[in-house]
Amino acid sequence: MDEVFRAGEPDAVIAPHVSEWRRFLKIFFQRKLVLFAVIVLVCVVVVAIFAPLLAPYDPYNNDMSKGTLKPSSQHWLGTDRLGRDVLSRLLYGARTALICGFATVGLAAIIGIILGTLAGFLGGIVNAVIMRIMDALMAFPMLVLAILLAAVIGAGLWSIIIALAVATVPGYTRMMCGQTLSVKENEYIMAQRAIGAKSFRTMLRHIVPNAIQPMIVLVTTMLGTVILAEAGLSFIGLGIKPPGAAWGSMAAGGSSFLFTRPWLVFAPSLAIMVTVFAFNMIGDGLRDALDPKLRGKL
Amino acid sequence: MTTYIIRRLLMGVLVLFLVSLIVFFSLRLMPGDPVLIYVAGQQGGSSVTPEMLVELRHEYGLDKSIPVQYANWVKGIFHGDLGNSIRSHEPVAKSIRRSIPITLVLGFSALIISTILGVFLGLVAAIRRGSWIDTVVTLLSYIGLVIPVFVVAYLLIYVLILKLHVGLPVTGYHLPWTGSFKSSLLESILPIICLGTVPIAITARQMRSSVLEVNNMDYVRTAWSKGLRERTIVTRHVLKNSLIPVLTMVGMGISMIFGGSVIEETIFAIPGMGQLLVKAVLNRDYVVIQGCTLILAAIIVFVNLIVDISYGWLDPRIRYG
Repeated sequence: MDEVFRAGEPDAVIAPHVSEWRRFLKIFFQRKLVLFAVIVLVCVVVVAIFAPLLAPYDPYNNDMSKGTLKPSSQHWLGTDRLGRDVLSRLLYGARTALICGFATVGLAAIIGIILGTLAGFLGGIVNAVIMRIMDALMAFPMLVLAILLAAVIGAGLWSIIIALAVATVPGYTRMMCGQTLSVKENEYIMAQRAIGAKSFRTMLRHIVPNAIQPMIVLVTTMLGTVILAEAGLSFIGLGIKPPGAAWGSMAAGGSSFLFTRPWLVFAPSLAIMVTVFAFNMIGDGLRDALDPKLRGKL
Repeated sequence: MTTYIIRRLLMGVLVLFLVSLIVFFSLRLMPGDPVLIYVAGQQGGSSVTPEMLVELRHEYGLDKSIPVQYANWVKGIFHGDLGNSIRSHEPVAKSIRRSIPITLVLGFSALIISTILGVFLGLVAAIRRGSWIDTVVTLLSYIGLVIPVFVVAYLLIYVLILKLHVGLPVTGYHLPWTGSFKSSLLESILPIICLGTVPIAITARQMRSSVLEVNNMDYVRTAWSKGLRERTIVTRHVLKNSLIPVLTMVGMGISMIFGGSVIEETIFAIPGMGQLLVKAVLNRDYVVIQGCTLILAAIIVFVNLIVDISYGWLDPRIRYG
């Protein structure tokens, strides 16, 4: 990945960047499961974007006269307690899961990269303060911290995003701090200091681009973790507010019909698992492709 | 070693202090006046006079400045007083004392079982790399990493109870020393599987990669070349060295199990800390939320402290690093 970006510059490595990119793709798709994961993820993204076009019914439309119908040609996955079409809600749930996943990870990664770079580069008291706060945040189980914060901010998509972002920031910060510490040892950073470059410029132009590669893998797998956590929060009723469609709350709502209408629980559960699996596999594939040393070991 | 332990202890105390700040101040930001919420929850809440509100604020110490409230709260903790629930008026310390043994017994059982099983599965998968056992373990660990706790619970209930008619209780739990030991054991089976699934997957995965790495070490090659039996190599050289990275997972495991217990206790109607916390959040009972999150985090800090100290004891490189 590194080479790919550098290749555009005049002092690029001799090997043409196309072959680097090909090598990357080749290793990335080496495992059949990664290919499967990419296909699954593309489907989930398409579903999330085009949910209003794909959904056969309005996912919020209550019709008590049609409550808990069995699957039929009209309602492929039946209807829930309030008579809402389960398939439509499942499709809209993809939207919730992906928005929550991408927004949370984006927010947390940006904060984590900034804090980690500052802690690693400046060291001393800055490092101590930032890292001890991260230790304290990590002392909470992620779900418990997210519950605490969601209780403070209130239910709703954006409050979950903020709660989960705060709960996951320590992971990014720690990794970025470690990366910064090792990149800092390089001679080109010393050279920056020697020519009197500003700390800020050194961090932005040299530390971050060189330390960011392992973050790509972390970000991908965190997407899965966050979607799982969102499902957990929605399940206990602290997530998306009721009319909104979230896989976790759909499963919770269906749980009273577990014995007669098991798909009300297991359809959204399967959606969660497949999506999280796709992100995990893509993360694995990326790690293999970015760091050939680790291939097949994890 | 002593300096290492002292340093780790001081750090643990500092982290606990920061944890208490996070818990205390995040709840001060909670929208809505806790006294008004409390009053609304009481019968005839509409007939409250402003004087009564002032009195209630005074009773709960909410009329003092924030730093004074924090100081009082911390002072209380040192006396074993976490305040009273604004709903049931029961001392929070008492509710926690009643519910925490349940969460700890189930949680630590799940932790121990999942660590042993995870280590075993990871080891077998790695030394029989590429065999069907490896495939099965890898597949199971993939599933374990993506399955939400509530799905494990519902799958267990659906498959075991409904389809296979296994006679296990699905609701409630009592501690083994407060009643029939046998029924307590039966009640704990589903919750423990539920809590242990994710840690087993993570431990097995970590153990597998750790063993594969140790297998490439020079000392393992030496052991092979001097003609030791596989059993000796695995138990004497591979197992011991590959356990070190797995040990760090124990701290993470207990954190994950506590997180999972929030959901598991809700589903199986188990009167533990997780259920206490969820009820408190739904009731907006900030005193209870405060107490529960603080105690859970404190236990995790403590477990991590022990893990770090034993880590330093096992691997001298950490101690002096």
